[in-house]
Amino acid sequence: MNALKPHLIRLLPQFAVLIAVVALISLAFPDFLKLQIQNGRVYGSLIDVLNRGAPVALLAIGMTIVIATRGIDLSVGAVMAICGAVAAASITSGHSLVYTLALALSVGMLCGLWNGILVAVLDIQPIIATLVLMVAGRGIAQLITEGAILTFNDPGLIFIGSGSFLGLPMPVVIWLVFGIAVTLLVRRTALGMLVEALGINRRASTLSGVSTGVLLIAAYVLSGLCAAIAGIIAAADIRGADANNAGLWLELDAILAVVVGGNSLLGGRFSIAASLLGALIIQSINTGILLSGFPPEFNLIIKAAIIVLILVIQSPRIRDLATLFGRADSAEASVKQEAK
Amino acid sequence: MPGNTFGSDDIILSATGIDKVFPGAKALNKVNFQLARGEVHALLGENGAGKSTLVKCITGAYRRDGGRLVLDGADIDPRDTFEAQRLGIGTVYQEVNLLPNLTVAENLFLGRQPKRFGLVDAREMNRRAETLLAGYDLDVDVRAELSSCSVAVQQVVAIARAVDLSGKVLILDEPTASLDAHEVEMLFSIVRRLKAQGLGIVFITHFLEQVYAICDRITVLRNGQLVGTREAAALPRRELIAMMLGRELGDEIKAVARADAAEGPVRYRFAGYGRKGHIEPFDLEVRKGEVVGIAGLLGSGRTETAEILFGAEKADSGTAEIDGKPAELTSPRAAIRHRFGFCPEDRKVDGIVGDLSVRENIALALQARRGWARPIPRAEQDRLADQYIKALDIRTTDREKPIRLLSGGNQQKAILARWLATNPEFLILDEPTRGIDVGAHAEIIRLIENLCEQGMSLIVISSELDELVAYSRRVIVLRDRAHVSELVGDAVTTAHIVEAIAAGEKQGAA
Repeated sequence: MNALKPHLIRLLPQFAVLIAVVALISLAFPDFLKLQIQNGRVYGSLIDVLNRGAPVALLAIGMTIVIATRGIDLSVGAVMAICGAVAAASITSGHSLVYTLALALSVGMLCGLWNGILVAVLDIQPIIATLVLMVAGRGIAQLITEGAILTFNDPGLIFIGSGSFLGLPMPVVIWLVFGIAVTLLVRRTALGMLVEALGINRRASTLSGVSTGVLLIAAYVLSGLCAAIAGIIAAADIRGADANNAGLWLELDAILAVVVGGNSLLGGRFSIAASLLGALIIQSINTGILLSGFPPEFNLIIKAAIIVLILVIQSPRIRDLATLFGRADSAEASVKQEAK
Repeated sequence: MPGNTFGSDDIILSATGIDKVFPGAKALNKVNFQLARGEVHALLGENGAGKSTLVKCITGAYRRDGGRLVLDGADIDPRDTFEAQRLGIGTVYQEVNLLPNLTVAENLFLGRQPKRFGLVDAREMNRRAETLLAGYDLDVDVRAELSSCSVAVQQVVAIARAVDLSGKVLILDEPTASLDAHEVEMLFSIVRRLKAQGLGIVFITHFLEQVYAICDRITVLRNGQLVGTREAAALPRRELIAMMLGRELGDEIKAVARADAAEGPVRYRFAGYGRKGHIEPFDLEVRKGEVVGIAGLLGSGRTETAEILFGAEKADSGTAEIDGKPAELTSPRAAIRHRFGFCPEDRKVDGIVGDLSVRENIALALQARRGWARPIPRAEQDRLADQYIKALDIRTTDREKPIRLLSGGNQQKAILARWLATNPEFLILDEPTRGIDVGAHAEIIRLIENLCEQGMSLIVISSELDELVAYSRRVIVLRDRAHVSELVGDAVTTAHIVEAIAAGEKQGAA
């Protein structure tokens, strides 16, 4: 049997939108599609999209899982700032690169653990629970950098932001590898199914013996880890930790990526690949607007308009209309059959 | 009320031959219901009997599939609750559905505020609200936020609004569930007053003493069928319970001879097991291959007993032993490790994972026990699903269909399959046959008997007494959140069960 087919059908709308966005931009700027190789490294606007989109793509991976549990993580932007600050502080005070990375990643996971405990153990609504760290996190990051932009010159750390591997920028390699790793982790084990069950009906899952508490906490820890990686990349990119601006508003872009990826905010079924496509769609729009040379004041409005359009196309009402004119939805039809 | 008989002129609302079909189950089957002017009419029955479906058909929340509704001599067919309200049928629910952040007066006149120059005339509204509430002996500031009032006052405000809007028929759906004795008395005095004004009042409740305190007539439903309508004064409590639970008194059908296999040693022993506020400490012993039935009225602690046995609620007293060894049943996971299984009463909330496929729902408990790192291979999941779809005759177009699209009976069988797939040794079934059609009923009963023969220990909770009697070797009777009596062997008859339940009701009433 062709087990891959349903997955591809699931991703079809996101692929279509991405191709449409890229096609539109390249109509206006034919150079957009051009790739060239210099010094064993690929350059071009498309690579730029992949590279610039790295933080949101990474955040979207964790956010997808958290949203699948019927939660949300507003703190990821702030956790990026914390982890960037921790990495910068650690490397400037003379610690090794390995120590620095391990420390920053652990701090991110610790932040996730905090969120997870608030949500799973204390039963606080996710949006409120993670709002705490969203607000406090930036303050913590400012304390670590002591209010200044903490710069560093460690070549190893900088490599993560601007180096390349197999011709691709490091951030691209990192999010691709991490995305595939997490996808394999949840789909090759039973984690994915258990997370979906938890998101759809937590009580029924608990009564079936699913360790819903542990799973919930793990989802937020993963989200924290994703934010930590994104934070390290963002800091490495500018060779410094900017507590005020690192990851600012990126939690919203990450949520948007998940939604544009067609995942329901009500939890349940999820697709990491679709969220990653969503992140790329958002980044393409960003890059396209920048290229267009519109006054920057228009950027946010144009971005919002395009996203509204995408969401309208995905909305249940429009989909109902589409099925009305097109082929009858098989699920719908079988419901009616059942009702007879 | 002299005579308590009502001529046809007095009938304000008459429902005849009401049918309502849900996918896979007939919720109401040719139900007749007559409500007279100046009458308080109790509508009784266990969960799933069809009370709320009948009420919803009357109030237009559901469209009925058949039958006639006559209000005040005219045929009506309300499409929604607003239309029913305009016609004269008002409803007050257990959960007050008013807006807590508005004032009492605003709640009373919401959607029809007196206006002046196109703006709400607050002074006029408050004045009218005071006049309206004056009829209810209610000492309350109509300018106060509704949420600052007690639940009882909110309930009265809801009644006042419903009566003011409708004025012919008032349906009270468990209005006393969250009130204390004093508040209930206050509510009842208002109900009596409305009754004297000639309103027809339908009263739904689970408290039988309240039924006798205020109702003139009683209509009992069971499984979507009308059992009967009787004068309250002429219907002894015991008989009423028998009507609700499904056997006429004295009707002693001894079920099929049960296997005597259950004479072996006790496998599961719970001593002084209980949890404050849920269920009084109880002792329970279950043998291998034995079915223990649990009977009692709604709210008697049936489900609480199941939840505590399964670890869904932690016991705060007593001990559990399995095969003579102490066992910690502090969570469903712990219970499942001891090969327990639990089919909960509320399938939709506690059982199914709606958007997941039938296959995934069946595999869920087994997968949870294996742990996330050891996924059940897809081929094995398919085999499991197909096996149980076939064995339990789960009707679905294919195993990948989301389970929420199945009918109630098939969902129930799928959840049963979820547990059978884990090879349980101790299975707790809470109302396994509720809300499912008659065919599936028989299948599930047969299944229970089969499992028992295979040596599984079962606890079955049911309000269908004839079913309980058919498969249980022992029946525990619950009342007021305590285990009050245990019937064994030949003593397990519907009559004895009804008697045991009613005994306490009598004491309670005295």
